Amino acid sequence: MNAAGNPTAQTQLAINGRDYRLDADTRTTLLDALRTHLGLTGSKKGCDHGQCGACTVLVNGRRVNSCLTLACMHDGDEIVTIEGLGKPGQLSPLQEAFVRHDGFQCGYCTPGQICSATAMIEEIAAGWPSHVTDDGTGKPQLTVEEISERMSGNLCRCAAYPNIVDAILEAAGGKRA
Amino acid sequence: MRPFDYARAASSADAARLAREGATFIAGGTNLLDLMKLEVMTPSRLVDVSRLDLAEIEATDAGGIRIGAMVRNSDLAADEGVRRNYPVLSRALLAGASGQLRNKATTGGNLLQRTRCYYFYDTAMPCNKREPGSGCRAIGGVNRLHAIFGTSEHCIATHPSDMAVAMRSLDAEVEIENAEGRTRRIDLGAFYRLPGDTPHIETVLEPGDLITAVVLPPPGGDRQTYRKVRDRASYAFALVSVAGVMALKNGRIAHASLAFGGVAPQPWRDEEVEHLLQGEEPSLPLFQRAADALLADASPQEGNAFKAPRLKRTLVAVLSELCGVKA
Ligand SMILES: Cc1cc2nc3c(=O)[nH]c(=O)nc-3n(C[C@H](O)[C@H](O)[C@H](O)COP(=O)(O)OP(=O)(O)OC[C@H]3O[C@@H](n4cnc5c(N)ncnc54)[C@H](O)[C@@H]3O)c2cc1C
Ligand code: SF4
Ligand code: FES
Ligand code: FES
Repeated sequence: MNAAGNPTAQTQLAINGRDYRLDADTRTTLLDALRTHLGLTGSKKGCDHGQCGACTVLVNGRRVNSCLTLACMHDGDEIVTIEGLGKPGQLSPLQEAFVRHDGFQCGYCTPGQICSATAMIEEIAAGWPSHVTDDGTGKPQLTVEEISERMSGNLCRCAAYPNIVDAILEAAGGKRA
Repeated sequence: MRPFDYARAASSADAARLAREGATFIAGGTNLLDLMKLEVMTPSRLVDVSRLDLAEIEATDAGGIRIGAMVRNSDLAADEGVRRNYPVLSRALLAGASGQLRNKATTGGNLLQRTRCYYFYDTAMPCNKREPGSGCRAIGGVNRLHAIFGTSEHCIATHPSDMAVAMRSLDAEVEIENAEGRTRRIDLGAFYRLPGDTPHIETVLEPGDLITAVVLPPPGGDRQTYRKVRDRASYAFALVSVAGVMALKNGRIAHASLAFGGVAPQPWRDEEVEHLLQGEEPSLPLFQRAADALLADASPQEGNAFKAPRLKRTLVAVLSELCGVKA
């Protein structure tokens, strides 16, 4: 119970390799926990309804929309946010590729794009199919079509899509056909 | 969002006990939290079932598979056995939502996701499903997304799931554990209820019933596909969709099970259409007749009348693809 008389929950989160303890209203989404309780404002809130992907983070290695999950449901989970992927001077290959290809304009969707793409490249490596993978049992290829389909959960209001795809293709070792 | 108590269930018995006391299950949370933020759903207690030991896909003695209720949509779509034997299911899952959402969405939660009717989402509007007896603003209103089959004068909403449409074409059964710990199985077709004058009651589930699995029999045919028509190429709900499972023998249709999405309050099936195809030689005129028979029962509204011809064309395209007939 907090001062307002509303139920709270205690949650332990391992974020970017550091342990955090959260004691917050049960209604706190993982996104709000990151941004307003723990000061990790890299993850962005676009829609707060799972429609834009700006809030994408990795939970136990998988990309999820942090706005559509409760922080208290993640007790003991390992979370990686954009802050954990790289720092100025020590960027991840994907972060570098986004800079090189100018994969953004305003930059608001970028942390979500990069977290999402980081996990998406792993999904392709693991052989996960997508809606555009021709043969249901074949190995997916790194093509523009595959990347566009797999990244459809990340919207970009500035429509930097061509450069985002180029950055991902380069970082993942694929080629524009 | 309204305040709520939160508890994590240690076992299905624990979940059932909490549900009996009035708690609402939360699994992936991708639909429930969305609706809670808008106060369309206002549970005062949540019981988290996402960590229950129900995330396995197992072979059954009958030669089919049992999909645990907590199997994530992404894992189900990528499963080798599903891709090999039930490609219609893998394709339907991959046609739904986004990579991020599929990583969270569970088999049980997907079956129970609520309609995308705009008025249902808007608490300032009357809606019989959200507030029984308040009226239906979609009838005579904006109803582009709405149903053309199985509607009533009280509600014309569709069930939005892609996964459930594929499962219906595969003769799926839903395995349910009740609050007393007893397990029963219900055909997916009988699991959903038509709206009638109680559109707020969507399934045959009783309070405290936990979905534990979906059971698929061996596939009835090796020719399978899922075709989804939507407003954009990805990350959009179906306007219409068709799941088809077929087998050909000696140049004739030996098996045809078809389910339709985006057109009814539940994944829709029409035995008459399947019957019409059974034993026949595949041809375009036959497919056209099947499509005419399907649409004979349609009752479209002004805004969604386009769905009838669209569904006809999609069905003919799917049958042509599955039977190797040039459309
Ligand atoms: C932007 C967006 C786009 C989407 N696009 C699509 C799409 O194109 N196609 C599509 O099919 N879906 C789509 N979805 C919906 C998505 O598939 C569902 O939100 C998801 O499948 C729900 O699963 P969940 O585990 O998150 O359910 P939850 O939100 O956790 O639960 C949903 C309901 O099921 C109940 N419940 C959950 N598990 C059980 C159980 N085991 N037993 C009994 N009751 C249970 C809960 O109490 C709740 O009422 C989209 C969603 C979003 C946000
Ligand atoms: S169609 Fe159903 S869900 Fe939509 S407003 Fe009417 S009653 Fe509500
Ligand atoms: S803020 Fe989470 S998807 Fe838009
Ligand atoms: S760079 Fe502006 S929203 Fe994507």
